Order: sequence, then structure tokens, then C-alpha cells
Amino acid sequence: MKNFLNLILLITIVAGFLWTGCKPRGAQSAISGDAAQKTYVAPGKYDEFYDFVSGGFSGQMSVYGLPSGRLFRVIPVFSVDPEKGYGYSEETKAMLNTSHGFVPWDDLHHIALSETDGIQDGRWVFGNGNNTPRIARVDLKTFRTAEIIEIPNSAGNHSSPFITQNSEYVVAGTRFSIPMDNANGDVPINTYKQNFKGTVSFIHVDTSGRMNIAFQILLPGVNFDLARAGKGKSHGWVFFSCYNSERANTLLEVNASQKDKDFILCVNWKKAEEYLKAGKAQKRDVAYAHNIYDENKHMATSTIEKEVLMLDPKDCPDMVYFMPCPKSPHGCDTDPTGEYIVGSGKLAAVIPVFSFTKIQKAIADKNYDGDYEGIPVLKYEAVLHGEVQKPGLGPLHTEFDANGNAYTSFFVSSEIVKWRLSDLQVLDRVPTYYSIGHLSVPGGPTRKPWGKYVIAYNKITKDRYLPTGPELAQSAQLYDISGDKMKLILDFPTIGEPHYAEAIPAKLIMKNSQKIYRIEDNQNPWVAKGDNYARVERKGNEIHAYITSIRSHFTPDNIEGVKMGDIVYFHVTNLEQDWDIPHGFAIKGANNGELLVMPGETQTLKWVPEKPGVYPFYCTDFCSALHQEMQGYIRVSVAGSNVPLTFSTGKTEPGPIAEYK
Amino acid sequence: MPLLTAIIFLIACNNNNNKETKEVSSSNEATTNAGQASVKDDASMKDIVKVAVGSADHTTLVKALQQAELVDVLANPGPFTVFAPTNEAFDKLPNGELDELMKAEKKADLQNILQYHVTTSALKVDFFKDGQTIGMVNGDKITVSIKDGKVILNNSATIVASVQASNGMVHIIDGVLLPPSKK
Repeated sequence: MKNFLNLILLITIVAGFLWTGCKPRGAQSAISGDAAQKTYVAPGKYDEFYDFVSGGFSGQMSVYGLPSGRLFRVIPVFSVDPEKGYGYSEETKAMLNTSHGFVPWDDLHHIALSETDGIQDGRWVFGNGNNTPRIARVDLKTFRTAEIIEIPNSAGNHSSPFITQNSEYVVAGTRFSIPMDNANGDVPINTYKQNFKGTVSFIHVDTSGRMNIAFQILLPGVNFDLARAGKGKSHGWVFFSCYNSERANTLLEVNASQKDKDFILCVNWKKAEEYLKAGKAQKRDVAYAHNIYDENKHMATSTIEKEVLMLDPKDCPDMVYFMPCPKSPHGCDTDPTGEYIVGSGKLAAVIPVFSFTKIQKAIADKNYDGDYEGIPVLKYEAVLHGEVQKPGLGPLHTEFDANGNAYTSFFVSSEIVKWRLSDLQVLDRVPTYYSIGHLSVPGGPTRKPWGKYVIAYNKITKDRYLPTGPELAQSAQLYDISGDKMKLILDFPTIGEPHYAEAIPAKLIMKNSQKIYRIEDNQNPWVAKGDNYARVERKGNEIHAYITSIRSHFTPDNIEGVKMGDIVYFHVTNLEQDWDIPHGFAIKGANNGELLVMPGETQTLKWVPEKPGVYPFYCTDFCSALHQEMQGYIRVSVAGSNVPLTFSTGKTEPGPIAEYK
Repeated sequence: MPLLTAIIFLIACNNNNNKETKEVSSSNEATTNAGQASVKDDASMKDIVKVAVGSADHTTLVKALQQAELVDVLANPGPFTVFAPTNEAFDKLPNGELDELMKAEKKADLQNILQYHVTTSALKVDFFKDGQTIGMVNGDKITVSIKDGKVILNNSATIVASVQASNGMVHIIDGVLLPPSKK
């Protein structure tokens, strides 16, 4: 009998062990059984959404497919990119010019897809340069950065580039308040309250996408954090969260967390436009770079602009209001109807939801709680729709689906909480792995959320992937929100640190995607539109080599007569008119990188020879069966050599021997 | 007894795993999963296949390329030079020879002949010199001669026109080139 009991015990233990062995363990127990089915995109099939993800401290933007999480492209925006030649070719260097000179590396945090009538339209995607304040526009026909505009009177362009519902404006609020650019900035830092000011900027976007700074608004020296434009009924307004209403200039960790409430700034930009028209703005002397990439010239230009228009709320009543918001608000998100503005105080125990209708009534009734530096402060209770009670710890950002639900990320409690806008009831919560920052629902910031998924962009990955030394993979997590309960269905790594991201149905973009640049449209001054135009010319000590590349040779591929002291410009034109056939160009010892040239495009590499000799060059992009044959030589002679400047392709007669003096 | 239990549980595990992976997402638009010749692209210059398909004088060649399964190959980046016999050139073959080559069991012979019309590099017409030999994809060589400014291959086919394709050159010829072993 005892043996029998032992046997039963043994069976139970073994069974228990095996059961645990095949059951998903720990964190993975959150994964539903059909996750693979929901995220698997079979070979040759397309993803349903493009996902444009900020690259954080990499300064770039990356493009993923959803639901697969496959990386398609890294778009260079604010940093040089050896993979694309961006910032290395003479044609692209100007894109990274600023009033401070060439800045090779910045920090891109937020994404804004262009909209028409509050719905994503797939024309452009904007990104913010967080460190040296800039806004970039990427053209979604070419997936290339088309324009970058610097923002004066700003430092730490965090509250950017949020967009209005017809892409009239993208906005830029300064994170750091600073002495204004035209003021004497050489002041003691502890004179912050007297000398430091904040601004928000409205960058107008015309129908071609071209940006210009329409106006700035001069504001008290707080820190602007994030923003959202109104939509629908609140179209014409933008809401900016701000912290440090204490106006501390040191140890903000403590000193900017003193007050129970900071603010959301409500800007009536239609009113601002009226004041602008009425001539209420003052011209301020500034300097900021405006860089434009010309798709026909394949060349960027950088212009330093000298003036900006500044509106001062003192001269412009009824243009801006402060709305109290608990404890250092971060996210400031408007729902699809435009009625609700959700503030997320990083240190708050509740999520306040404000009502646009009540804001309008409070303004009409002058229901103020005094003013802050001359700007009316709306009474909290008068503008509040309600508070989500005890939603979680450390609320940061909120996105929306089309069914009246909100999804808020919680950094401290590492979770996404789903709640209902109408009655503010919490409906569901799921853990994230770990410490979520931003989150995004496809179409989530627009009037028309596409729904289906919420994607978590996490700050910490620790044990989620195979370890790669001290720096680990950055991470996104995909949750299915089609049912009542959110379900984790995929982890995928991202480049840099993913802050905000926006996903858009693929069909809105893929049909417009450009395949080649037409060679007949190439207006680059250094183009050679056929190998019969290829040549090498001397202009003083400059050598201009107009080189063509086509499968599988360069014309010319033998160049002689370069002398020490010369500066050589290789102007490489890719004559291909075939989709997906770029050519590269690399020359031994070049201190200035390489080129990658798209079909029909011309790009230029500057090269200063270091000593006499023969230098090989070759195509770096596997272009054809004879790619490895696609190469050439350039001969460099001593200064004063009698070797004439010659160039050829396919010639085998010997050139002259150099006579050394 | 414990062993038996273990087996039962292992089977249970396997069943679960199978369930999780066998279904396939169906919501996404698909590419054709065919070869490169099927890529939809109206923006690029025509490749060699599209040039041939677009030519009324090359319907026989196109049929032969399909039969020899060389269509996707010639849509590859190449670069290629293709000597493209016209329909009339094929008609000059001995009676019944082409029909014979189009039979399934003769596919290797057809491939050999067609590959004798292709070389991997894009050669423009001014590249050819009298007396030149050029190695072809099938491993044999052709000989070039120049007479009265015309380029003649193997003394049997003359280049009558040349077309630039995105992935190489198409030289239209008035005779079919036959590899040495077939002469």
C-alpha cells in the first residue's frame, strides 16, 4: 500500500513537472495561443500597416511593417547615415547645416503623419530634432528627408512636431526656457525668472509641403513638454503640456515637482492668425537654417533666415490660456471627437480629462483662477470632464480607438490601461516588458483611428532578448485590441530608442512610392546624362570627374594626371533607369566616406589625395552578375608632374611615365 | 507507469504546439511569388524580357524562352547582351527542327541554343571588332566579323538593329546561332 502511494506521488510529481515544462512560463503566460497566426506575414505577402518609429538618440526614423514587426528602412533625418551616404555626399551635407554649423547627430523623438480633414493622408511624415531645435519633413514618395527647418528662440525641441487636422501647421514648443536669441544671453543662470522665456512656434506647411515659421508666441519660462492639436470641434486650438511652473533652474527632479498642479497651455491659433494679420507681431532678429532637398537637382541647399514674427500675449488677449493639470503633465492628447483633452501628470494619481466644451464656457464666463505671468488660468473644476481614478503609476501618453476607448501608458507600473472616455471606467490592463514610454494605435491621434493594435514602445528590455553586452535591443510590443481584452502578440526590436510612432494603412502610401529618378529630369549641375558625357576636367587645383555608372562599369574607369595638391570631386551619375539598381562608389583611403547613388541620380564625393600612387575605386552595392568587375583606378602624381590629365574606359594603350623633378 | 505518463504529456505538448503554428495569416495583400519577370513596374526602362515581349518580330523567341524557362533569368539584373533572332530567322531553320526543340524532352537542347545567344555583360554595337570571339552563357564562343560596317556573327547572322534594355543590350539578328556541336 505504501509503495502504491509512493507511485501515485511519483506520477503526480512527474506529471506536474511536465505540465509546467510545456506551459508558457512567467511573463509569457500573457501570450495568447493564436499570436503567431496574428503576426505571421508569409513570404511574399505585405504587411497591413507601415509603422513610422522615431529612432530617439540615433536621430533617425525607422519604418516597420505591422503586424510582422519587420524593419524595412531607416530614414536618415538628423544624423549622418553611412548606409545612405546622407551627410557624406556634397549634395546632402547642407541638410544637416544649422545656425551652429554642421551638426552630424541629433535626437529624434516624435512623429507626425500629414493629415487631411483629420485623417492620415500619406503625403509626409514630420519628425523633431530635439537637441538643436529643428523640424524635418520626409517625403513619403521617396522616403527621404525633403526639408529641415531650424527653430529659433528654442532649446530642446521636445514639444514637437504635432500637426493640425489639415496639416496647416506643425508646432514646436521649447523644452528649455532660455534668454531669447536676440537678448544678451550672458546672464547669471539664477536670474532665470527675470531673463528666461519660453516660446511655442507654429510652422506653416503649404500644399507642396514647404515649411515656414508663421509665428512664435512669447511665453513664461516654463518647460513645454508635449502637445496635440484640436480636431473636429476643437480644430483651431493646440494644447501644450508644460511643467516646471516653479521656474526652477536647478535640480528640477525636486524643484520642478513642488506644486500640485502645472499647466496645459491652450492656444487659439485662429485668433493668433488674426493678430498676425492685424500686425500685432513683432519682428525678432534671429538666425536659423532652412534646408531644402531638391529632388530634380538631387542636391540640398541651406539658407540662413534672419527674422521671425513674435506674438506677445500681452498685446493679444484671448489667444492663450493656462489650464491647471496635476503634477508635471507629459502627454496631452485629444480624442478623435476633439471634445476631450487627456493630461497625463507623470507624478499624478489620477488622469484628468478636460472638456473642450467646458473650456469654451469657462473662457466665455471668465471663470478664472487668477493668472500666471499675465495669462489667465482657467478654473480646474470648470474645465474638467472628470478624472480616471487610480489608473496606474506614472501615466505618460494616451491614444484612442474608434469606439470611445482610451489607452494610456504607465511608465512606473509598466502597463497599458484601457479605459472608457464617457464614464472614465478602467476596462482592462496589460503588462509591458518593461517600463513603457510612448504607445500608439494606428490612426490613434487622428479623427479616424484604424484601431486593431496598440504598440508599446518600451524604455527597458533587460531579459527580453538575447543579451548583447551593456547596451540591449530597444523594443516595441504589439497588442491585439480587436477584442475586449488587450492581447500581447509580438515583441520586435527597434533602432535607437523608440519614442513616438505612428502607423498608417499601407495602401495610403505604397501606391505613391517612387521607383526611379528619371535621368531626363536630372538637373544636377554635375550630371553626365550618358557615358558620352563622362569626362574629367581641371579647374585650377580642382579636378571634376563626371563619372557614369551602369551595369557593370564606370565611365571613365582609368584616370591619370591628378597631382598632389589637387582636390578631386567625383560626380557619379547612376545611368540606370531600373527599380532597385543603385550603384555605390568608394575609393581607397577616402576620409569622407562613400557614395550610394540611386537610379537617375547624381551624387558627389570630395577626395583629397594623400600621396602619389594609384588608388582603386569600385561599386559598393551589389548591382549585377559583374558587380565585382565594376571598378577603376585613379593615378595621383607629384605636384608639378608632367602627366597630362587623361581618362578612358576600355583603352589599353600605356600612358606616359611620370618624370619626377 | 511514470514513463507512460510522461509520454502522454509529451504528446499533449506537441499537439498544442502544432495548433499554434499551422494556421497562416490571410489578411495581407500578396505579391505573386512568381519570378522577377512578374514584378509590376511601369516606371523603369523595359528589361530584356519586356523588350522581347513587346516586339511583334520576336514571338517565336519569346515562346522558346518560356519553354526553356529562361524568362525570369533574363529579367535578372544581368547585365546581358542578347542576340535576338527574329521570327523570320527561326523560320529559316530546317523544317520541323523548331517544333522538335519545343518538345519537353528536348528542353536541354533548346536551353543550350538559347543560352548560346546570351553573354553576361552589356555590349553596345560599337564594341564589336572584326575577328573578336565572345564567350556565351552556354560555354561556347561566337566569332564576330565586320563587313561593310555590319556586325556578323559566326558568318551566319547579321545584327540588324539594337535596343537598350534596363538590364543590358538586345541586338536583333536575322539568323539563329547554332552552338558548335549542332553544326
